[in-house]
Amino acid sequence: MSVGKVTFTKVEREKLAEVLWLLNWISVVTGAILLGMGLFLKMEIQKWQEVMSEQGVLYVPHMLITTGLAACGINFLGGKICLDCADTNKFLRWKLVMMPYVICTFFFTACILAGALMCYNIRSELEESLFLGLRYSMLYYKDTDTPGRCYLKRMLDLLQIHFQCCGNTGYKDWFQIQWISYRYLDLRSMAVVDRLRNNVEGKFLMDSVPFSCCSPLSPRPCIQQQLNRPLAHFNFDQQSQHLNLWRKGCRQALLDHYTIIMQSISLIVLLIWLFELLVLTGVRYLQTAMENVIRVGDPESESEGWILENSLAETARSNFNIIKNLGKCYQVDNDPNINVPAMIAEQEIHSEQVQVQRTS
Amino acid sequence: MVLLKMKFNQQRRVRLAQGLWLLSWLAVMCGAFIFCLGVYLKTELLRRNEVMENTEIHVVPNILMLVGLASIGTNWVATRVCQDSLDASRFPRWKVLLLAWFVVAALLCCLLLAVVVLSYVLQGRLEESLKVGLRNGIRFYKDTDVPGRCFQKETIDRLQMEFRCCGNNNFKDWFEVQWVSGRFLDYTAQEVKDRIRSNVDGRYLLDGVPFSCCNPASPRPCLQYHLTDNRAHFNYDYLSEDLNLYSRGCRQALTDYYMGLMNSTGPGVLSVILIQISVILSLRYLQTAVEGAMALENPEGDSEGYILEKGVKETFEEVKVKVLTMIKLAQVDPEGVPDEAEAEKAADTAAEKAASPTPAS
Repeated sequence: MSVGKVTFTKVEREKLAEVLWLLNWISVVTGAILLGMGLFLKMEIQKWQEVMSEQGVLYVPHMLITTGLAACGINFLGGKICLDCADTNKFLRWKLVMMPYVICTFFFTACILAGALMCYNIRSELEESLFLGLRYSMLYYKDTDTPGRCYLKRMLDLLQIHFQCCGNTGYKDWFQIQWISYRYLDLRSMAVVDRLRNNVEGKFLMDSVPFSCCSPLSPRPCIQQQLNRPLAHFNFDQQSQHLNLWRKGCRQALLDHYTIIMQSISLIVLLIWLFELLVLTGVRYLQTAMENVIRVGDPESESEGWILENSLAETARSNFNIIKNLGKCYQVDNDPNINVPAMIAEQEIHSEQVQVQRTS
Repeated sequence: MVLLKMKFNQQRRVRLAQGLWLLSWLAVMCGAFIFCLGVYLKTELLRRNEVMENTEIHVVPNILMLVGLASIGTNWVATRVCQDSLDASRFPRWKVLLLAWFVVAALLCCLLLAVVVLSYVLQGRLEESLKVGLRNGIRFYKDTDVPGRCFQKETIDRLQMEFRCCGNNNFKDWFEVQWVSGRFLDYTAQEVKDRIRSNVDGRYLLDGVPFSCCNPASPRPCLQYHLTDNRAHFNYDYLSEDLNLYSRGCRQALTDYYMGLMNSTGPGVLSVILIQISVILSLRYLQTAVEGAMALENPEGDSEGYILEKGVKETFEEVKVKVLTMIKLAQVDPEGVPDEAEAEKAADTAAEKAASPTPAS
């Protein structure tokens, strides 16, 4: 009992082949779109890769890029095959390739779905990576004379200005690290020495933030120092405090930015997956219809196309048997050099004797 | 003496019509490109509208948009003419329109050239406009509670951060303006009182700049206040510190940006002018060749195409005479038709008189 059986006349087969040729070319374009999206995502991640602690997130754009390239190749081949399938003679050329092609395309379509789901699920891993990366960047903010870290100050300032954020979770994160280098601290001054002594680890901690945390939306010039003592500044009320600095943490800002990109990409990839599935179904129908035409022998007659020849359970069982028997093919051999276990050898001799008795 | 004569047989005429049809569609796309260029330039200028005092520079994108639209229409008409050119029954209806078409197309080319020239000439005016606009912006920076000026602080801050510049000419412009509002000054504090007293106008001037002047590329945290006092900061020398703030002035930064935009569009506009000129010349050849062919007994035979029937000087004289006659007719018209008839009769009799004595002599 076939799954999804449809009868095709000759005209219908030719029309199906034409339509599939066109759809395959559209799929090449969508494959290029997939490639483009993968490259875009890779560029976006690499722009701010210094605030990510590990580059594990890069496997998502790499997956998209490889799937896009594969889509272009597979659908280009599919287009050629479908164009030839309209004619029975030309189909014979592709007969042996068709089945592997359909299976390949099926697995490849599954890869597209996996890519879409990966995009969707990346959030928690990204959050962890951003938390650690931002913490290290803030720790090394002051090390503008250490090679390998000298660019972190500039990058963090530009990040805070561009994404309108301050610190990891909020602006108070800057109070817990020393972000002013010793090179610019007058270690002879009493105020500086007092502050260093007040801290357990001898770090110069202040309740102040870098200039890049300042918000241009504030009606008053930016207040960066003595943020824990609002009375130290004239007329620094709640409203002014709220508008003075960026309130959002950079981890949240970056997470939102990447989540929006990844969600829109995953939506587009899902649509492409549905389209590929449609093309795959069409190619399967075309393949089975053409094979049946050849089996019948008359190129002008009607033929049947299906998705699976037998029902789902029977196909699964037969495939499972094929895979099982792949391993068994050498055990029935009569090669004397192979060490055959005694019981099976006895059974064979017994069956041979029975045969000899029958013939004689 | 015909200008640039060329022979056309039927096949060449057909090729010319087809090639010109393609070229005209290319010119339509170029017109769309010019329009989009104008729109882009206009949006960029409008974005920074608040720091420009006048809108004289807007004439460049305005002309570009106008020429773009007109060029789309004109070249679309050229494609229709090409399509009808090989059909003897449909081509004559374009005869009258073609003269007007040539005038319009030549005008478009002149306007495009004018745009290229204007974009260089108006640089000085742009700088002036920016100078005044930025000066006002810096002056009203503190007035975040005055309606009509409350946006200046945000505009100037964002501008300085985006274009990496500080002040009008440089950061010292901030020393001459009170940019901290009186609402946030504690007038009872001694320091504030001293500063206000030491200034003639009673303004609170300080040697400090807003945070938006800070350069992220500086190795040390940004120093915004007491900039001229070397002792106020550790390991600081006012004269040799060049990375702390942005060194460029915003007027220079904005002028460079807009001049860069207009210069980069220069080659595009020049190539569109070339394409338009080649469309004009090819259409002239097609028109004369097809008209010549239609006048022949055998429409499929060879004909000549040219740019001008007579030489440049003679054509110019003819055009001058025509224009003068039209002006004279326009002047004579209000007095009524009989006068016109009398004038014609007088001209005829004069011509007869001139003609009759000759056979006698």
